[in-house]
Amino acid sequence: MTRALGWLAALALVIGLGAAFGYAPREAVQGNVQRIMYLHVPAVLTAYLAFALVFAGSLGYLFTRRLGWDRLAVAAAEPGVLFTGLTIVSGSIWGKPTWGTWWTWDARLTSTAVLFLVYVGYLLLRGMVDEPDRRARYAAVVGILGAANIPIVHFSVKWWRALHQPSTILGPEPSPIAAPIALTLLVNWIAFTLLFLYFLARRAEIARLEESHAG
Amino acid sequence: MTTQRKFVAGGLVIVAALGYLIWSGVTQSVVYFVTPSELLAAPVANKTYRLGGMVLPGSLKWEPKTLSLAFTLSDGKGQVSVRHRGAPPDLFAEGRGAVVEGSWAREGYFQASLILAKHSEEYKAPHDGADPGYKELLRTLRREPRTDEKPPR
Repeated sequence: MTRALGWLAALALVIGLGAAFGYAPREAVQGNVQRIMYLHVPAVLTAYLAFALVFAGSLGYLFTRRLGWDRLAVAAAEPGVLFTGLTIVSGSIWGKPTWGTWWTWDARLTSTAVLFLVYVGYLLLRGMVDEPDRRARYAAVVGILGAANIPIVHFSVKWWRALHQPSTILGPEPSPIAAPIALTLLVNWIAFTLLFLYFLARRAEIARLEESHAG
Repeated sequence: MTTQRKFVAGGLVIVAALGYLIWSGVTQSVVYFVTPSELLAAPVANKTYRLGGMVLPGSLKWEPKTLSLAFTLSDGKGQVSVRHRGAPPDLFAEGRGAVVEGSWAREGYFQASLILAKHSEEYKAPHDGADPGYKELLRTLRREPRTDEKPPR
């Protein structure tokens, strides 16, 4: 089952890569550099999903005190940090040729950096506590508080003046986006989500094995 | 102090810190740039600003030999003339958004040290005629008429 998911994700990623370079047109204003979008946007949407699951797992653990919820939280947090890192790196590479800078402290970039650091902190905290129930309890608090940042990151471009452009998809009203560009984005979004679900399943399995060995 | 009370106290500190960050966020402190009309309302000479607006069409002057760039930033209400030394980013153009870092000179213009181009959230496919591409190149090699030109009658 998990293996099939992995192959499905690999297939979707190949199709997504092919669409990003072969099918999607060269963007009219930005040119070829706009193709970074097909990595940047799916990465951040996947990170949102991951941290939403950390939030759900943390709440679930605090209410039920079952370690299964904690395994969901840690299994989502690790790929979440990975995808946030990918978002920041790809955004930086996109920013240099278009904006003219690798980094600037506007609301979107700053809140995304905070998002990354909060969940790196989450993983560090988990690494410092050995006892599973205590670790799950401490982590759940950070997992719940940290989720408050997700809407801040997403709406930062709407609430404050920023260098980063407003949301094209998931915005308050749909923005003009050429159909082939939107379709390519959708394919890559699905591919990234499948890849994340594969990571999630594998990591949860590892967490389960660790617990059965320790206990 | 029991463990639970420590937890409550710690939690309150974290919530208060997050609350403060959000509160300070919605107030003036995270304004990334000021607009031309805001700057003109109270300009302070030699103070560092980030200024954002639209590059007024027809205002852009670029001297490649001296690398001097001059243009006007507008927000519809106010206009500020900006001077800069150096090449702007590729996406910088008239009629588009830009954010500049620098200071207000006493002589009444904005001396920019960094030019940043803003781009919109719109993503368009190139027009057929505007982007010749390799297909058009092949057509000219085969001496076929260009697709964007009308065939002679």
